[in-house]
Amino acid sequence: MIEVGTLSPAVQAGVLIGAVLFEAMILYVGYGFVEQVVGNRLIERIENN
Amino acid sequence: MDVFGISLAVLVLFVGFGLLIGVLFGFFGMGGSFLVTPALLVMGYPSRVAVGSGLAFVFGTSVIATLKHRDLGQVDYKLGVLMIAGTTAGIEVGKEIVLHLEELGMAGSIISVTYVFLLGGIGLFVTYEALKGDGDGGVDHDAADADIDADDIPDIAKKIQSYRVPPMISLRGGISVSLWMILGVAFATGLLSGFLGVGGGFIRMPALFYLIGVPVPIAVGTDLFEIVFSGGIGSFLYAMDGGVDLSIVLPLLAGSALGARVGSAATSIVDEGEIKVYFGLMLLGGSLAVAVREIGNVYGIGVFDTVSLVLILGSALLVSGAVVYSSITALREESGSPSHALD
Repeated sequence: MIEVGTLSPAVQAGVLIGAVLFEAMILYVGYGFVEQVVGNRLIERIENN
Repeated sequence: MDVFGISLAVLVLFVGFGLLIGVLFGFFGMGGSFLVTPALLVMGYPSRVAVGSGLAFVFGTSVIATLKHRDLGQVDYKLGVLMIAGTTAGIEVGKEIVLHLEELGMAGSIISVTYVFLLGGIGLFVTYEALKGDGDGGVDHDAADADIDADDIPDIAKKIQSYRVPPMISLRGGISVSLWMILGVAFATGLLSGFLGVGGGFIRMPALFYLIGVPVPIAVGTDLFEIVFSGGIGSFLYAMDGGVDLSIVLPLLAGSALGARVGSAATSIVDEGEIKVYFGLMLLGGSLAVAVREIGNVYGIGVFDTVSLVLILGSALLVSGAVVYSSITALREESGSPSHALD
């Protein structure tokens, strides 16, 4: 396993920013799925209450 | 109990704060780090970490928002690339200024004072425009992606467009602007972005409209596209100096990603004219919060830090709450209208 602390500052920074990008993509896909599943039902519920 | 090196209470605070900011980002198409960085400063994080983590948060949120706006066709890629070139230089200069001021022990104070005047100035301007009610200065979500009417171009933008210094660049919306004017605006907004640790959306989106004359919908889309790069480059530069803390960024992003979807969905439901005045007041609240904190620091009044944090959170809560409330009201009114029954 690679120790992040032994990498150069530029590579460490790249890993950090890559982690943020990865989380963003995961969240985009994940929340998109949730929106597809419950979005319409939630709007209908708001409209009918 | 600690999670990712921070207490559970702080983790929940970050996710909740990210959610509020995500709603604002998705709805207005601008920033959020202008609230995050002061909040982190108030919470006692070093300037470098507050600025760097603010930029990394903006980067992640703008990726999500840009993906959602991409399909609307509201991105001028040529303008975006030119803005990136100018902004990159500006961010690097801004970052160097912060690092230099940090060595002198003055970074926190000067960043805070700049925030007070910038947020306060833009807040007053937006509030004034909203109360004046002429429709300028905000995002008209219903505006078509058509050539801009000459009467809709702000006077400053007309002046800038009148400087015909070659090469001239044709932009979407049927306008033509000198390359040097675009790079100048990009550099100035990049400088503020790197200095204040903001993606620059709340500065650049109005700048694209008021200074360059780009139609508002394209200004929003292009701004979001540009923030992906400015936020990414800015956070990378700060990360090399140890300025990005993932224990701050990741929970904020988890909240903002959901909020951005709510805010984006609200744009097709709510007329922003109803909300614009709240947005101006939120900027003024942020400005007041930083001013209160600085006064507390100068006179050694500890409770002012808490007042400041409450003002920041309260401002974000007020406006994002107004967006959600207006969306729910609009949905219910729509469902009660006769036309809805035909849908």
